[in-house]
Order: sequence, then C-alpha cells, then structure tokens
Amino acid sequence: MDITTMSGMLLSGFGTTLQIFVLTLVGSIPLAVPVALARMSKIRPLALLARIYISVMRGTPLMLQMFAIYFAPYYVFGIRLTPDSKWYACIVAFIINYAAYFAEIYRSGIQSIPRGQYEAAEVLGYTKVQTFFRIVLPQVVKRILPAMGNEVITLVKDTSLAFAIGVAEMFSTAKALVASQVSMVPFAISAAFYWGFNFLVEVAMGALEKKLDYYHD
Amino acid sequence: MTDSNRCAAPVFSMEHVSKSFGKTCVLRDISLSVRPGEAVAIIGPSGGGKSTLLRCATTLETIDAGSLRYGDLTVASSEGGTVTYAKGADLRAAKSRFGLVFQGYNLFPHMTVMRNICDAPIAVQKRPRAEVEAQARALIAKMGLEGCENKVPCQLSGGQQQRASIARALCLNPDILFFDEPTSALDPELTGEVLKVIRQLADEDTTMIIVTHEMAFARDVADRVVFMDGGLIVEEGSPAQVLGSPQHERTRAFLSRYSG
Repeated sequence: MDITTMSGMLLSGFGTTLQIFVLTLVGSIPLAVPVALARMSKIRPLALLARIYISVMRGTPLMLQMFAIYFAPYYVFGIRLTPDSKWYACIVAFIINYAAYFAEIYRSGIQSIPRGQYEAAEVLGYTKVQTFFRIVLPQVVKRILPAMGNEVITLVKDTSLAFAIGVAEMFSTAKALVASQVSMVPFAISAAFYWGFNFLVEVAMGALEKKLDYYHD
Repeated sequence: MTDSNRCAAPVFSMEHVSKSFGKTCVLRDISLSVRPGEAVAIIGPSGGGKSTLLRCATTLETIDAGSLRYGDLTVASSEGGTVTYAKGADLRAAKSRFGLVFQGYNLFPHMTVMRNICDAPIAVQKRPRAEVEAQARALIAKMGLEGCENKVPCQLSGGQQQRASIARALCLNPDILFFDEPTSALDPELTGEVLKVIRQLADEDTTMIIVTHEMAFARDVADRVVFMDGGLIVEEGSPAQVLGSPQHERTRAFLSRYSG
C-alpha cells in the first residue's frame, strides 16, 4: 500500500476526529459557564456540587470516564447497548470532561475582573445579567484566550483516546494500518495530521487574540 | 445656587446613618441633605468616613441604621433597629437619580468612549439610540473630549478618562452627582482639567457632593463645606466659615496641614 492510499484512509478517520473535536467544543464551552457560576455561587451546596464535579472530572482519566459512561446505562439501568452507544458515550465523556477544565479557566477569568467594574455597572443601573454579558464576559474572553488555546490544542490530541472505546477515529485507523502493513509510516502521517491541524488552531487563536488586542486594561 | 432653590425639597438626604465594618464604626449618626443646585464639598482626613458616606449613599454599601432618600423616593428606612431597603422598580428608580464618579474612573476598558457613555442609557433606561448619541456627543464636547469618541480608555490620559467617566454619569441625567476624590489619581496638570469641568458643572447649578482633598477647589466651588473625621460630621457651613475660620480644634489641625 502506498503513502497516498494510507493518507486517504487516515484522512477519512480524521473526519471522525474532527467531529469529536467540534462536538466537544460546541458542548463544553457553553456548559462550562453554568459550572463556573455554580462553582462561585454563594449557595454552598451548589458550589460544593460543582467543586466535586470538577474534582472528579479532572482527577480521573478521561479514558476511564468514557468506559464509565459507556457501561453505566447497562449496569445501572439495564438499558441495552446499541452500536451507536460507543459514539454517544465518547462525545458525552469528552464534553463533561472538558467542561470541568473550561469552568476553572472561566472562573480564573471572572475573578480577575476588578471589583470597580462591577461597582460602576451597579451604579449605572445594569442588572446582574446585563453586567455579566455586557461588561464581564467580553473582558473575560480576552483574558482567558491563551489558557483556552492550551486546552483546545490538548483536545485535538486527546481525541485519540476515543480509540480505547472503539470509536474509529484517525488514531484507531493508524494503529490498524501499522499492524496490517507492518510499517510505522501510518503513525508518522497521523502525527503530521495532528500537528498540521494544531498549527491551524494556533493560527486561529492568534488571530482571535489579535482581534481583541484593540484594548488593554 | 440660586436663591429660589434655598427652600426647595432636598434632592438627597440621609438621616441618622450609621455604618460599621465589623467592630469598626465608620459612620456615626450622620445626617446630611442637599438642595437642588447645591454643591457640597466633603473634606477630612483619610479614614474619616468620607468615601464610605458616598458608598452608602450610592447603595454600594448597606447602612446599619438610619434612612436614605432621593427626592420623594425612600431607598432605605429603619424601624426598630432594622434597615429596610426599597426593592425592584423603586430601587431602580432611585438608582437612576444619582451618578457616581470614581477615584479610579472604572470605565469599561473594552468599550469606546462613545459606547461607555451611551450603553447604560440605551440598555438600562431603554432610551432611543439617536437621542442618547446626540446627548453623548454634546457631553463629549462639553468635557473637551472631541476626537476621542472612538478611542478606548487605554488610549486616553487619566484626565481624559476621568472626564469621560463624568460624561458617562451625566448621560443618565441624574438629579445629583457624587464625586469620590475625582482627582486623587491624577498629576497636578491633569487635576486642573478635571476640576475645570466640575467647576463648570457647579456653575450650571448641577447638584453634587464632592469628596476632595483640593482645599482651594472646595473653597471656590462649594456652596457648603462639610468636615468629617472619625465617622462624624465635625463641622459644616459655608466655605468661608469652615475653611476660613473653623470652630473646632480638629478642623483647624487638619487645615493647618494644608496651608503650609
């Protein structure tokens, strides 16, 4: 098998990788907002719950979380697993895992906004919701962008963990090709794909940072 | 202040207000009211309760006892040892009657000068954009900020930022404006340009309370000077009385440090 054929097969696996990547971001970026707000809540039980959630999600391996979510419906509720179950378990695990990390980044950003901003907003009559969306959030986005870039790049590489549960993303394809072709080339090609994609992520994050560079505090 | 306003109902009044932080009593039984068009300067040593008074008046801090009133709207009243604050629409209505200019400006760094000024009138007061923008442009001209409309705060000098924050407060058409040491973060040159616009507002009979360390400015601009120390109003009266011939030893001691 020549390199072009292998690349083509890996590329179709990369489609799945890309799906995991996009769905995880689409799910976890918004989900992390209520998690971060709950974590900072004055309502003690809510804050504690968010804290435990974050602690468990960050404190256990993502691979294990995928298995737990995959098997939980069967062992706990007796629901029959279907061929699609792996895919759903994979996406749910990625989303709730990354939401925990993002929530902590949001929290650091929100807590770095000076109190004077909240006081100015309060005196000007903004409601709490208006203050959050008009004044706090836009400033938080700028402050957390570098930390978010880090996580997003990690996510690109973490998609390869889906192979453990049997989701056929690029890394699974590479492993299968390595075994069948008795060659390390598929690994090298997939490494190039990961790196190439992450390079694009870096460029995109850089452009976003530049766009928000029109002011500093 | 014009003579016809002398008997008018106060724009703002606080009665028997007390405030403690833990065991430290910061305001002791303070009563102060301001008539329409009056400019009141509050002077006194740091830690004397001046800023806390403004923070209580603007509901950034809650009071432990006493009452707060803006015109016919009661913001806080106490009965039998507990203070009750107005809620919902009443509180919002009262809040729209005052503006506060901070020592550190507290402009929104991600918004242009224009948007800093227009955002609250549009989003909070739900006024039409065209009307708000016209008023903002007039305020920008009045504050000497022409050409800064589309700049963000970090592109402005401290004096320009403070003038922008005054415009932001004025665009909500408050009945009274509070200034919390508006020039303490500025060098003498920039202080001058900020004091100039405040003086202009006073000349136009804008009702205001100014906490300041600028004694010459207080003497020129204020209709009334209040000297605070240890959480108490030690002395109040016309600038000539309080600054010229203070009756209390503490006022004299404080002022003597400024005359040198």
